[in-house]
Amino acid sequence: MQRNKIPFADLYIKEKKHRKEDMLSIKNLQAKVEDKQILKGIDLQVNAGEIHAIMGPNGSGKSSLASVLAGRESYEVTGGQVTFDGKDLLELSPEDRAREGLFLAFQYPIEIPGVSNINFLRTALNEIRAYRNEPPLEAKEFLRLTREKQKLVEFDAKLANRSLNEGFSGGEKKRNEIFQLAMLEPKLAILDETDSGLDIDALRVVSNGVNKLRSNKNAFIVITHYQRLLDYIVPDFVHVLYDGRIVKSGTKELALELEERGYDWIKEPVTSESV
Amino acid sequence: MDNKSADILEEYSDKEYEFGFVTDIEMEVAPKGLSEETVHYISAKKEEPQWLLEWRLKGYHSFLKQPEPAWQNFELPKVDFQDISYYAAPKSKAKYKSLDEVDPELISTFEKLGIPLSEQKLLAGVAVDAVFDSVSVATTYKETLKEQGIIFCSISEAVKEHPELVQKYLGSVVPHSDNIYAALNAAAFSDGSFVYIPKGVRCPMELSTYFRINTENTGQFERTLIIADEGSYVSYLEGCTAPKRDENQLHAAVVELIALENAEIKYSTVQNWYPGDKDGNGGIYNFVTKRGICKGAHSKISWTQVETGSAITWKYPSVILQGDYSSGEFYSVAVTKNKQIADTGTKMFHIGKQTKSRIISKGISAGEGQNSYRGLVHVGSKAEQARNFTQCDSLLIGDRCGAHTFPYIESKNKTATIEHEATTSKIGEDQIFYLNQRGIDTEKAVALIVNGYAKEVLNQLPMEFAVEAQKLLSISLEGSVG
Repeated sequence: MQRNKIPFADLYIKEKKHRKEDMLSIKNLQAKVEDKQILKGIDLQVNAGEIHAIMGPNGSGKSSLASVLAGRESYEVTGGQVTFDGKDLLELSPEDRAREGLFLAFQYPIEIPGVSNINFLRTALNEIRAYRNEPPLEAKEFLRLTREKQKLVEFDAKLANRSLNEGFSGGEKKRNEIFQLAMLEPKLAILDETDSGLDIDALRVVSNGVNKLRSNKNAFIVITHYQRLLDYIVPDFVHVLYDGRIVKSGTKELALELEERGYDWIKEPVTSESV
Repeated sequence: MDNKSADILEEYSDKEYEFGFVTDIEMEVAPKGLSEETVHYISAKKEEPQWLLEWRLKGYHSFLKQPEPAWQNFELPKVDFQDISYYAAPKSKAKYKSLDEVDPELISTFEKLGIPLSEQKLLAGVAVDAVFDSVSVATTYKETLKEQGIIFCSISEAVKEHPELVQKYLGSVVPHSDNIYAALNAAAFSDGSFVYIPKGVRCPMELSTYFRINTENTGQFERTLIIADEGSYVSYLEGCTAPKRDENQLHAAVVELIALENAEIKYSTVQNWYPGDKDGNGGIYNFVTKRGICKGAHSKISWTQVETGSAITWKYPSVILQGDYSSGEFYSVAVTKNKQIADTGTKMFHIGKQTKSRIISKGISAGEGQNSYRGLVHVGSKAEQARNFTQCDSLLIGDRCGAHTFPYIESKNKTATIEHEATTSKIGEDQIFYLNQRGIDTEKAVALIVNGYAKEVLNQLPMEFAVEAQKLLSISLEGSVG
């Protein structure tokens, strides 16, 4: 019992530290799509330097949470608050959220025929720079940056010059998301099931990319079904999402436990609670 | 699609047409209406030889006999041919010896349009012929071209200085009786450009004509004639604009291209006539007949067009593939928004053996715009091993616009290979959201998507114009979403 009191001091210190590095703060977030309530009150705190994994069974709301944070139009926020770097995230347009430094690696990256990957990235980068009152990157500098990042995340130069995701394999699309992530250097990156459809080599390349990009200035939310990815990208925290709520949080050991026991033991208490 | 995205994709605003100004200049305008007297008047004004007057009169009589077409899938507005003035020219001098003699107001008009006429200021490697209402006001780089034997001048001047060439080829591809608008043009054409590239000469610069309608109640009926002699090459570009006016103005031009053995003609158009306002008031009726003939073996004609203006665009730049092994190409991007209508495509007539044609058409419809591709691939009985490839794609923005495809294929030779591909797509909210999520706003996202979609065609344009055309596409669609 005594031990419970000591961490209180720790908590206080941690709380102070949090305030300083506060990046994303989600409070009681609720959202629906086509009259179906998908998020039923999410609370999550993400600080700079942290990696949070969000796990959970199909249909629990993982991808919906990513979509709501990125500002997808089809979702309607019905309650709660989200602050990102001190700003009310929900008030911002999708492009301004991106310009503020929020990046979503899509579960299903979109193909845009005829638009070269490079031209697209240059437009994106310069839009973000303009938002910060920075001049557009000169062609030479942009090229240098492209080469550097291609190398960093082992992205094939040939793909960089092709039309955006057009005719890319599933794995190539996911790798392209990581390449874009490297180029745009966001504060917070949400990886929405980036591991789905990846073979083991691609998974390693993608994870290596993320590990090279992580720093004490940025943060990641990694959404995944499987513990496998978390062998490569080691999270600081693991949250289990079920039925629109975070029902359990813990450290990376939680992921192992889920791998072993499945999700059923998580579901039970919620189901009984809601009855 | 939920309502908010639907709004983004559909909401329409009237983007100002930036070339809508009027030049205040003294004009000499023929009385309204078309009659034998008008034809005589125009011919006399231009001091034309008897043969040309007679040819014009044939055109006039053919015009009287022809009905207006009735096969189109849009309502053809009644054009009152007697309410149009068929000749308008800046007063001052009829012919300018040098740029110094041109009214400064005219020069500044073209400067405003981004077409500098003084040669020092010109884009390197582009010679320009500027046509203001009915007359050519300036042709640049004429002397430089002359050194290689290239003739680039107004057609009026060509009639005087090179009558043998004009008489031989004028009307040889588009006869005076071809269709009602071509007949009207034959009777009333005022000016236009003339190009002759001698044997074996590769024209060292882009040739360009810039057309401007300025005067109220006039039509513009220019006629362009390009002859590429054996083994020669030329790349030619036309651009056009008009002031904003509430009434519709008629533009009935004729372009004839002749490619002799081993010659190649590349003809590019960036058409930005005034499209009318968002309710469909005003705008140009762009009823144009463009046709080329690959007369000699191994010759090639390539049409590229970017059509963003005009209330109604109605044209089918075509190629008659007469020479064996000759090839024809047609690359088109047509944008319609608000209440614009575009009915455009091509006709490829395969006559010679081993002839090839390639058709790439990209339609973009927004607002209540209607876009039709209409094309004919004809393979004659002697066209052994003829090949055609056609691809026509339609892109829809919003759900009140329309895209239509009317491909006609006639083959009289069983060794021919004809391929046709067609797609229709919508700019998806997923695509826009993806680009938004990378920091790109919706307006820029649409511009990127549209330019990507049209890339195959834009790539065919000469470099300087490809950049212009990309901007034009973006500007044309500005306000068409969100």
